Amino acid sequence: MKLKSSSPPAKAGRILKKRDKYGPAVISTASIIIVVLLLHAVITRSEQWPKIKAQFFDVHAMIDVFPKVLKGFGINMSVWIISLIVIAVWALILAIFRSLRGPWFTPLRVFAVVYIDLFRGLPSLLLVLLFGFGVPALQIPGLPRSSLFWGALAMITSYSAYAAEVYRSGIDAVHSGQGVAAKALGLSQVQSLFYCILPQAVRNVIPSLLNLAVALQKDVALLSVLGVRDAVREAQIYTARTFNYSSLMTAALLFLLATIPMARFTDYMTKKDRQRRLQDAG
Amino acid sequence: MYKIEIENLTKYYGDKLVLDNVTLRVRNHEVVVLIGASGSGKSTLLRCVNDLVPFDSGSIKLDGVSIYDPDFEIKDLYKRIGIVFQSYNLFPHMTVLDNITLAPRKVHKVPKTESEEYAKELLALFGLEQFSESYPEQLSGGQQQRVAIVRAMANRPDVLLLDEVTAALDPELIGDVLKVIKDLKKRGMTMLIVTHEMGFARDVADRVCFLDGGKILEEAPPDKLFSSPENPRTKQFLQRIIEAGRL
Repeated sequence: MKLKSSSPPAKAGRILKKRDKYGPAVISTASIIIVVLLLHAVITRSEQWPKIKAQFFDVHAMIDVFPKVLKGFGINMSVWIISLIVIAVWALILAIFRSLRGPWFTPLRVFAVVYIDLFRGLPSLLLVLLFGFGVPALQIPGLPRSSLFWGALAMITSYSAYAAEVYRSGIDAVHSGQGVAAKALGLSQVQSLFYCILPQAVRNVIPSLLNLAVALQKDVALLSVLGVRDAVREAQIYTARTFNYSSLMTAALLFLLATIPMARFTDYMTKKDRQRRLQDAG
Repeated sequence: MYKIEIENLTKYYGDKLVLDNVTLRVRNHEVVVLIGASGSGKSTLLRCVNDLVPFDSGSIKLDGVSIYDPDFEIKDLYKRIGIVFQSYNLFPHMTVLDNITLAPRKVHKVPKTESEEYAKELLALFGLEQFSESYPEQLSGGQQQRVAIVRAMANRPDVLLLDEVTAALDPELIGDVLKVIKDLKKRGMTMLIVTHEMGFARDVADRVCFLDGGKILEEAPPDKLFSSPENPRTKQFLQRIIEAGRL
């Protein structure tokens, strides 16, 4: 399946009047400018604005704290990437457990159902607190004590439950004839899943999984409640020391710098996926 | 000795009786065609034969052994009976060659080179050799269905079940698929066929069975069944088909 990469320049089509050709662009640009100017006027004229400006948008403070926040942001992003890899694999295993039929696989299926119900039903923040403060307090020998480790594990645990459901929707969406054909050829349930169903299911859910990845990219900041010195924590430390909140803006900018390209990439993949489906249906 | 013996087969979907005490025997190298209106139970009967659909009472034997016999390995059943579906059901993420060699390699542990050689031989037999590296969606419906037949043949089955294999095809593509099936008949393949193509049924069948309401109402050689049917329901069914211009 190849997507058409370029089509010849269009030569036909209705000729637009000048008004129809340029009108929309002019009007939308103008309206954006007006709204921005109005907001600007309202905000800057408010009585508290000079104070707020000094507290939240102090450029010197933002630059001053930048190296530390950037270092913390590095921790955010490493936790993000490692979690993504673990979630992608673990959630797939859960989804496989859940979709296996027959008495042999009942324990695995029940485990997956209970796991998904439990961890999808709990707020991520609560899990981070429970894992991060609770488990190290047990002082079980041999287990890591780092709150970074347990916080990351809490995120993985929670997000895997969602990702497993995404995978499962992909598995359910594969046409039932595929499984029947695999069975009729003599493939076992597991062989059918691995060779026939999963390759199609995973391809179908890539856009949805990427959406989860974008959500996780900013949720990793939850680890700051455990005292992990990530971007948010570093910003808070600076705030506590200087009573200036501009450091939070630095952290906010860094997160946006990472999440916006990721969101655009997700959009692009979603669009590509839709084109593929339309062509397949075509 | 019969190849397939279906005896007193009864099957319910929930409360609905879909197969009512059906008995049908197929000899080796024989081609039996099942005809009848939609919902008459012919596709269900076909799917019972290779255990894709469980039945409630009666028995199905392959070479005299019940397919529910604990010693009859399910892998062996699927190897000996191939099936082709209306909607082809090829695996879209695999090349034609991988579609065909998947079961021989993974289920029956035939070495890769050997299974690929046989697959190419079969493809060449049906004029499809140039498509071995193509993906299913790059082929026309008729080509896909022929690949599906080759895939079913790759396990070297004794029996082939064909479930309305031309129903989803453009009229101009049906001929190629029917030619392949006639070719298989010449090679002595035992086949149980469900079809709405009455002309084809007449050509290829050794025996035609008319199903209605889950029962075989009439069973006869094609010349007899199509020219002088005895059962009034058969007459009515064929009359409608003639009126629709399909015989």
